[in-house]
Amino acid sequence: MSKFKVVHYINQFFGQVGGEEMAHIPAEKREGPAGPGLAFSKNFGDEAEIVATIVCGDSWFNENLELATEMVLEMVKEESPDLFIAGPAFNAGRYGVACGTICDAVQTELGIPVLTGMYVENPGADMFRTKVLTVSTANSAAGMRKAVPTMAKLALKLVKGERIGASVEEGYLPDGVRRNFFDKKRGSTRALEMLLKKIAGAPFETEYPMPTFDRVPPMPAIKDMTKATVAIVTSGGIVPKGNPDRIESSSASKYGSYSIEGVDDLTSNTFETAHGGHDPVYANEDADRVIPVDVLRQYEKEGKIGKLHDWFYSTTGNGTAVASAKKFAAEIAEKLISYDVDAVVLTST
Amino acid sequence: MVKEIERAGIPVVHICTVTPISMTVGANRIVPAIAIPHPLGNPELPADEEYALRRKLVDKALEALSTEVDDQTIFEV
Repeated sequence: MSKFKVVHYINQFFGQVGGEEMAHIPAEKREGPAGPGLAFSKNFGDEAEIVATIVCGDSWFNENLELATEMVLEMVKEESPDLFIAGPAFNAGRYGVACGTICDAVQTELGIPVLTGMYVENPGADMFRTKVLTVSTANSAAGMRKAVPTMAKLALKLVKGERIGASVEEGYLPDGVRRNFFDKKRGSTRALEMLLKKIAGAPFETEYPMPTFDRVPPMPAIKDMTKATVAIVTSGGIVPKGNPDRIESSSASKYGSYSIEGVDDLTSNTFETAHGGHDPVYANEDADRVIPVDVLRQYEKEGKIGKLHDWFYSTTGNGTAVASAKKFAAEIAEKLISYDVDAVVLTST
Repeated sequence: MVKEIERAGIPVVHICTVTPISMTVGANRIVPAIAIPHPLGNPELPADEEYALRRKLVDKALEALSTEVDDQTIFEV
């Protein structure tokens, strides 16, 4: 029997092209497996093989979504594979969005089954988990060893057209489709066990989590911008040169409040970025490229805005937990309100 | 972060490059930026043109903050 043909999509980092300084490279196709593909190959045994690997820069894909999708689709088509795998992307945001986007396209446009893997908080997971089968992974590449066997097993089921079990059995992120299975214990037993745990204050897991729709209604618009105090907040990690608060380059545990009172322009001598999730060169050369202090200061002088708030607030959005970001922002919001700030310009890299 | 600040009662405009992420997260006023490592700049341009480009983005952001919206809205530059 011939082996099933698999095409694998990975980013520049896992393709061993380079780190952030190479995130701008367009997609390229290589023969055979590479990076995590080698581990997949091992798990596939003689049932399937990776015939080609597409390596693409994370920034390039996300900044050219349509072109990138088209290019990668063409590369996949040339191989006419039985299955397409992307990632796993863990908690890398741009990589996750790329994996989800391309899987969705391959599945819809080419009719080829697809599979990816991500950490549940990856923005790509929220965007694509109901459309693209996404294995739940750890939040960093340290989870590769665990992710690959789960993905490989599911991959083989997909190519063979075998029935895919429920998310709890197979290890993928719930996709909104209910799949029935026989549990070892009947419902009443499980319900009582859950109840006893709840009474005892022990952790328990519901079998039917309620969906969360966390939306905030838009606040009313600013009536008169010439009287408004505008503040800058960023997840782009801009900090005074030397990063005095030691804000982490990824998975930030804190944010910083920095004075820009009397500052007309950010320069490479005064400010830099702490962000480790993209090439920092451009922000280090001129941090106004991330937080537009120069323009807003000029607008304050011209009277276009009432005032530029004396402080800006900054953290790194790279792999930072949603819970941390929420906490930082709630604290920042309290400060903004105490200073009577009317509007916020929030920039992200 | 956008959501928590808006929840506290202050309108926020989110300037970012990957707008689908901003939509998923739930920002209400979104302005698409230039590129991930330099959302409000373009190092390939001469300084004066780059500054003009940044002004354009900031103008759009201020316009977004001055515009009533009922739902998530992307303000194309």
